[in-house]
Amino acid sequence: MKDLISNINKVFESRVRLGIMSVLMVNETYDFNGLKETLNVTDGNLASHLKALEEKGIIKVNKQFIGRKPNTSYSATEAGIAEFRQHLKALENLIKEQ
Amino acid sequence: MKSDTKSIEDIKAIRKIMEESSRFLSLSGLSGVFIGITAIAGALVAYFFILDGSIHYNEYFRNLPAEESFSLRWQLISDAAIVLLLSVLLALFFSIKKAKRDGKNFWTPISRRLLINLLIPLFTGGVFVFILMLQNNIQLIVPCFLIFYGLALVNAGKFTFGEIFYLGILEIITGLVSAFVPGWGLIFWIFGFGILHIIYGLAMFRKYGA
Repeated sequence: MKDLISNINKVFESRVRLGIMSVLMVNETYDFNGLKETLNVTDGNLASHLKALEEKGIIKVNKQFIGRKPNTSYSATEAGIAEFRQHLKALENLIKEQ
Repeated sequence: MKSDTKSIEDIKAIRKIMEESSRFLSLSGLSGVFIGITAIAGALVAYFFILDGSIHYNEYFRNLPAEESFSLRWQLISDAAIVLLLSVLLALFFSIKKAKRDGKNFWTPISRRLLINLLIPLFTGGVFVFILMLQNNIQLIVPCFLIFYGLALVNAGKFTFGEIFYLGILEIITGLVSAFVPGWGLIFWIFGFGILHIIYGLAMFRKYGA
């Protein structure tokens, strides 16, 4: 039982962060507005969760210009993908155990 | 246990977000039916008004003086262009309506990806057909339309309903077969762009609604 819990990753506890990772697992990159619309969250809320994930090295930020407009897109790092997979497995195991 | 139901809900939410963020699910099946009807109408216009009731347009063209053949080619290409334009408008109209009904956005990163992946083979095919037209290479035009359209659908299939992939395969097969049977382009056009779209549209409408 202790093993099961230890794989549950605190970084992914919030719904917004779960959502961000879900999107970035199946899409190579996704931009800020796209994430905002898909997850239905406010700018500030999304930005703070993105910042936290970035600081933990789970996602990386790509800033570029499309024409003259700045465009920020996000992608999951290899480590982030591995950690999220582990987290999902732990969630599934937790359900199976009950 | 409380954490148990939470985990189940989490996993459900994750699955839903993965699906919605990677596939454009507002593509309207109903628009397929109308696109099919438009394609058949376009073929009938070509048959009755441009080709004067001749299915075998290769021979028809061969027997025409150069000047008249040139003007006919432009009439045919305008007919096809109008069908294409109407089809695009129908697909957009019904899909925007479907997205609105489901409370979803139409213009998302994934619909943009879908569009780019659709347009690259489609644009290539359009330019290629235009070149064939200029060279008076009439008999390969319908096969090319069908093949490039099929390739576009196969390419776009990753970003929307998986059924689009199979529709694409069928269009490619139709195009290849029609290349073997020169002169029956109108019939293959009606089958590939008309009948296949209508069947696809009805099937999607029954399965997913709208």
